[in-house]
Amino acid sequence: MITKTRPGRYGEFGGQYLPETLMPAVAELEAAWLEARADAEFQAELARVLRDWVGRPTPLTDAPRLATAVGLARVLLKREDLAHTGAHKINSAVGQALLAKRMGKRRIVAETGAGQHGVASAAACALLGLECVVYMGSVDVRRQQANVFRMKLLGAEVREVDAGSRTLKDAVNEAIRDWVTNVRTTYYLLGSAIGPHPYPAIVRDFQAVIGREAREQTLAMVDGLPDVVVACVGGGSNAIGIFSAFLDDESVKLVGVEAGGEGIASGKHAASIVGGTVGILHGSRTLVLQDDQGQIRETHSVSAGLDYPGVGPEHAALAQAGRVRYVARTDREALDAFALLSRSEGIIPALEPAHAIAELPAIAREGAEQTVLVCLSGRGDKDLEIVMREGPFR
Amino acid sequence: MTISTALTGSARIARAFARARDANRLAIAVYLTVGYPDRAATAGLLRAALDGGADVLELGVPFSDPLADGATVQRASETALRQGVGLADCLAEASTIVRERDATVLLMGYANPFFRHRGGLAGFATDAAQAGVAGIIVPDLPSEESAEFDSALDPEVVTRIDLYAPTTPDARLARLVPRARGFIYCVSLTGVTGARRGLGADVAEFVARVRRHTSLPIAVGFGISAPEHVASLRGVADAVIVGSAALDAVSAAPADGRPDALRGFVAALAAAGRA
Repeated sequence: MITKTRPGRYGEFGGQYLPETLMPAVAELEAAWLEARADAEFQAELARVLRDWVGRPTPLTDAPRLATAVGLARVLLKREDLAHTGAHKINSAVGQALLAKRMGKRRIVAETGAGQHGVASAAACALLGLECVVYMGSVDVRRQQANVFRMKLLGAEVREVDAGSRTLKDAVNEAIRDWVTNVRTTYYLLGSAIGPHPYPAIVRDFQAVIGREAREQTLAMVDGLPDVVVACVGGGSNAIGIFSAFLDDESVKLVGVEAGGEGIASGKHAASIVGGTVGILHGSRTLVLQDDQGQIRETHSVSAGLDYPGVGPEHAALAQAGRVRYVARTDREALDAFALLSRSEGIIPALEPAHAIAELPAIAREGAEQTVLVCLSGRGDKDLEIVMREGPFR
Repeated sequence: MTISTALTGSARIARAFARARDANRLAIAVYLTVGYPDRAATAGLLRAALDGGADVLELGVPFSDPLADGATVQRASETALRQGVGLADCLAEASTIVRERDATVLLMGYANPFFRHRGGLAGFATDAAQAGVAGIIVPDLPSEESAEFDSALDPEVVTRIDLYAPTTPDARLARLVPRARGFIYCVSLTGVTGARRGLGADVAEFVARVRRHTSLPIAVGFGISAPEHVASLRGVADAVIVGSAALDAVSAAPADGRPDALRGFVAALAAAGRA
């Protein structure tokens, strides 16, 4: 399906478009990761932390009132919102922090958009006694104050990035600059399935626990596979995590939902697959939002976690191969879905997975009898201020 | 003076380094972001750098996400981008100064705008050759990813310059440096571009590690900002590359004094590079 032309490539996508200074570091990282994933002791330690500290396995919740509301036979929610720190980000953060410690790196740098990866990284570093510096765009710092405070409580230093669009993209740039400067002592704990090889593969590896659990739980709950699996896609870490368990199940349709912002036609969106072209961003060849001169465009989404002009290279390849269908849902549709899930099931989702919920009526129109598995990647506490401001509860 | 735009890129680079070597001095390469501080200023600043004694001009191609650059080049890029300056403008500026001064001009920029040039990399190769661009430096294109560039660009016509860093292990140097063309760009430190107070303590040792694998000239860049940095590299390297500090010299001067300020700054560096 996806041709691995060479290590770190997904078809034409992926690669390592990095300064030479970092090339030995990514080679060292790849070697350490391959060694760790084959090491039973490392895997046992990871499993113990995921169970006792993260709270895994996360439940699978049957959502009959939501299903009725959207016109589907059955909707199952994979509850990553119930993982420690409130989102799936913790799976990869704690996995990579364990890897960093194993590599002898005592200092962690991370980027964050909505703040969920920053909080997860800060928590993992506190757990393992590592120094943690989180870069965050100044626009995001303003719209995610509570998470900034959480990171500080957890002992991390939050560095505001006042360059470019002052959001996630620029936080990644600044984290890479820190990494290039302090590469001998510092581990870059990248939060999404983006960036240079081996990051997309490492993040997928640590997030694949979502899909493994969800597949097993779905089989137990409905005595079969889901017809459709849906997840939101910014960089795409929760999506690749849940999709990874179903890629070989030909009967299972996979749908990734990008941030449509104010609509694709408006140009104010963050849908890199639906509205992007092939380019190079943050070390990887992938689908990006750019102008005709190859300058990366500013993006817009009500959800800070999806507000990114690129996407993980494996998603770009899965889109090209037609294995996963990628669509976009607007800010308004996500806000409506946010309200719908809150009222129908008593679950307040983050705005990111609200985009996935927003796709359910369209899936119902293709077949009301379907069972749909949704990755509920995080909880909505961080978004309350935005939702109070933007509706639909005004 | 006859202007030889027919001279190939590799010949032009070789000539620039040979002139400096024959005069027993360090060659000086000056980096300027095209379109900084404004579009109209670039041609005058390039002339001023040559008048100050620059042997090689590096024209910085603005990019929205310059992840190997420090604050100075980031700001210069943002300023240039706000005026809509892109790779096509850089090629036009290169063409002008090559024809006017027979200069040795390199373009330095991130991979994406080259890929996205009209006609792709092949289109860029044609346009760069026509402009008389001698070479390109792409800081986010390690050898692992350089194949597409190398098949699109004839290294005799437009030479792609390799960068190496203090973190590059000996085995990697031994494998890659012998294949390098034009000259070797040694990054003086682990970090991003930007003026520094002092040079890394291990620059000489790093340059020596690279020198073992090549007879090409070696240029040292990143962090070089003062005549004493240049003087300390005499007998170590063959050339120095100055970027952020040149931009700082430009931005510190009053608007009508920028070319003079840059010429003076480059002249001081060039003097420090002589015996």
